[in-house]
Amino acid sequence: MQTKYLIIGSSHAGLNAADEIRVYDEEGPITMISMENCLPYSPTVLPYIISDKVKEKNIYLRDEKYFQENKVTFLKGTKAVGVDTKASKVLLSDGNEIGYEKLLVSTGSTPTIPPISGLHESSYHVLQTMEDAHKINQAAKTAKSAVILGTGLVGMHAAESLAKKGLKVELVRGRRPAVLPNYFDKEAGKLIHKVFLENGVLCNLNNRADQVESLNGKSKIILKDGNPLEADLLLVGTGVRSRIDFIANSGLQMDKGIVVDNMMRTSAENVWAAGDVAQADDFFSDKKILNGILPDAFEQGKIAGASMAGKEIGILNLPEVAEKDISFPYAGGISMNTFNFYENRAFSVGMSVPEDEEGYEIDKMLLPTGCVYQKMIFKDSCLVGFFGINVPLEPGIIMNIIRRKVDMRSMKAEFAVNPLGVSRHIMWSSWRG
Amino acid sequence: MEFLERLIVHSVIRKGDKKLGNAYNTLVVHPEKCNGCGDCEIACAKVKADSTDISHSRIKVTRNLKEGFFGPVVCLQCGDPDCVRSCPGGALTKNPETGVIVIDRERCVTCTICTLACPYGGITYNPVVNDVMKCDHCGGDPECVKVCEPKALEYKTEANIFNEQSKFEDLFVPGLAACLGCNSELLIRHTLRHVGPNTVLATPPGCIPGIAVVGFNEQTGTKVPVFHPLLTNSASMLAGVRRYYQRIGRDVTMLALAGDGGTADVGFQSLSGAAERGEQILYVCVDNEGYMNTGMQRSGTTPYGSWTSTTPVGAVLRGKTRDNKYMPLIMVMHNCEYVATASTAFIEDYHEKLDKAIEASKRGMAYIHVFSPCPTGWRFQPALTIEVSRKGVETNMFPLWEFDYQTGELSFDYPVDNPLPLEEYLSLVGKFRHLDKNQIEHLKETAALRIEILKGIAKTKKITAEIKEAI
Repeated sequence: MQTKYLIIGSSHAGLNAADEIRVYDEEGPITMISMENCLPYSPTVLPYIISDKVKEKNIYLRDEKYFQENKVTFLKGTKAVGVDTKASKVLLSDGNEIGYEKLLVSTGSTPTIPPISGLHESSYHVLQTMEDAHKINQAAKTAKSAVILGTGLVGMHAAESLAKKGLKVELVRGRRPAVLPNYFDKEAGKLIHKVFLENGVLCNLNNRADQVESLNGKSKIILKDGNPLEADLLLVGTGVRSRIDFIANSGLQMDKGIVVDNMMRTSAENVWAAGDVAQADDFFSDKKILNGILPDAFEQGKIAGASMAGKEIGILNLPEVAEKDISFPYAGGISMNTFNFYENRAFSVGMSVPEDEEGYEIDKMLLPTGCVYQKMIFKDSCLVGFFGINVPLEPGIIMNIIRRKVDMRSMKAEFAVNPLGVSRHIMWSSWRG
Repeated sequence: MEFLERLIVHSVIRKGDKKLGNAYNTLVVHPEKCNGCGDCEIACAKVKADSTDISHSRIKVTRNLKEGFFGPVVCLQCGDPDCVRSCPGGALTKNPETGVIVIDRERCVTCTICTLACPYGGITYNPVVNDVMKCDHCGGDPECVKVCEPKALEYKTEANIFNEQSKFEDLFVPGLAACLGCNSELLIRHTLRHVGPNTVLATPPGCIPGIAVVGFNEQTGTKVPVFHPLLTNSASMLAGVRRYYQRIGRDVTMLALAGDGGTADVGFQSLSGAAERGEQILYVCVDNEGYMNTGMQRSGTTPYGSWTSTTPVGAVLRGKTRDNKYMPLIMVMHNCEYVATASTAFIEDYHEKLDKAIEASKRGMAYIHVFSPCPTGWRFQPALTIEVSRKGVETNMFPLWEFDYQTGELSFDYPVDNPLPLEEYLSLVGKFRHLDKNQIEHLKETAALRIEILKGIAKTKKITAEIKEAI
């Protein structure tokens, strides 16, 4: 079959690209393929499927009606196994091909499995697709205990969900000996760990898994110090990598992900990439980074969609380009996330955990009791990072203070004392007023 | 334009709704008027959670005491909302009818990514109930607006006019030949859309025919028959046309759009006669208080003290020495079926009055006197026309009222009891710039007297109606 716009993947990046294409091109045929056998959904909700916070029927982001009305051909259960950029064709697992004029690769990410002896041969769970969630739910019905490898977002979310189901849960650190090291510092990690401990979930932060084996449907994990753990359910949540294996021989320029420019164009003509799979500009440096967060996925999808539909970036005073034909390029990825655990709420924006604190101005506020911690990181006159645990702030406003590089010189002291009032005031005086 | 286009198309795409161009009511925030009292937060918590704890309030007041800044923070109901796009559960949607972004609790997983996506703090986390919350305009009647004393919050419903009027055909020529900032175009388009195509229009010499209503190159400027009578005889000609149509059995609306000269001065004799005879005409007087298209000479409706080219300001003369005649009351005394005053700053009120006037013009004369500030002749910035119109009403210089002959009732449509100081209106308008204290005092007295007369008539007319009923 032949289509004008082909989108591989149907989560935030792909869906927003389709929406954006339809803004500028009402008729051009769009085909969206998904390797999964269900309507589009966001992997972000999977932990909540496990915790029963939301019913599965209520999580789909689009319905059949949407695809009909917007003239999008949605092919579920269709897996791409290769891309021929010269012939403008995508090869499918069933042997068929789809020809395209413009291609968007938004295939997201896939779990990384750490090189632990015996792990590949034993049975374990991951949490990246709906099918994974179903399997975990099925296993959790009979399981009494669970061990989770990895203390990142997937691991921590899953630990809480499984513990709430009555399982005895224990976490084992992955590559780094901290809780959520991408978003919070060690002190914050300790606070979070404490809450988990109070709820009966232990994190082994000093001990990595050395060996894994399956015995009679149970998993046995031997830690570096020799202590064994036993569990009915083993979940590996040690991080993700871009889902790019299928495209390895396509000739696209790739690093950790598919390298894209600020309009999400890849090195091949008529091929774009967006979302977790795209390695795009960094906001803070000249590097290309994998940001892998939801708000970036939709923004990149939107930019890719506009670019695919023929919107070009430009400077507004170019006489030959009409204003309506101009789109705004990607401003660079900023890490950000929210983390809600046991009635506690945390968020992290920007360079909240700089590798080396030298050259940054840091202001911390840690209450002696309870779980309240706030840390702000300044570089020169600008805020570059912020995280907060149980502080009443609007993360989106903080995020925009970073993104807009608001000059904070005269406000730093005041901001440290009253971040809510000052951040709202900054909003009023700059982008809201 | 691009932004608007995208904003509309996006809501369409998300909902699969092909109804383009819906305009929405908006909750407008004026931070400069906010005094930080927090009444809005209390009202919101009360109505949304039946609680006195303002943690439940969807509107949050910023208080930066050090810099003396206050400003309510509340959802803007964006056209292309980032919260909706970034919601992993599809729990947030923009209602295509109301424009309000709503949370589907069945779908929300409380991941709070929306609070990270919103740059305005419009959607917030409530720790008391461990849930996100946002403003929903209280279903179209926001409580916070009602309790905001300094009027820092305002609920704008003008979008309804757009939604309603866009269904009707625009009967006026595209483009414009009026002065910069003139509100006559607005008035003509709104009036013609509302009155509809089954109309004959008369526009005596003045600004209205001058700005293309009578047309160019042997074509009319309207999609209804239009004629250009002398300055003296709009009402009598319309009376004749109406009678002719009646004779051949057709019910056609007779509409006059005339200036103050063609109404209160030169055209008065024929209008007075037609009104007294009860001719079935909808007569709209567009009062810019002078002969503005011929060089800004004074007219009978030019207020005391105004500068015009024939009432100059110099060593001896200080503007007009006589008070204006108050035309709408004169028309009440003609026993017109319906008389009203209107202003383009209160366009919803004007539309309501047009409805009543159209109906009344089937029985006899309906007369609407529209206050029409003129940037060119009155000497103010073109961008200020609507503001001047509004201040004229708010200071009681031009009170809004209507009179219904059937019920005998004269009622005010904008409160007249606590007007703004007249200076707030006078200071906007160049033709009053030279006024001294005594002249301002005189204008204040005239305005106050006018209100008293109107109130008196409101009372007597009511009594008359009661007496009539008793007999």
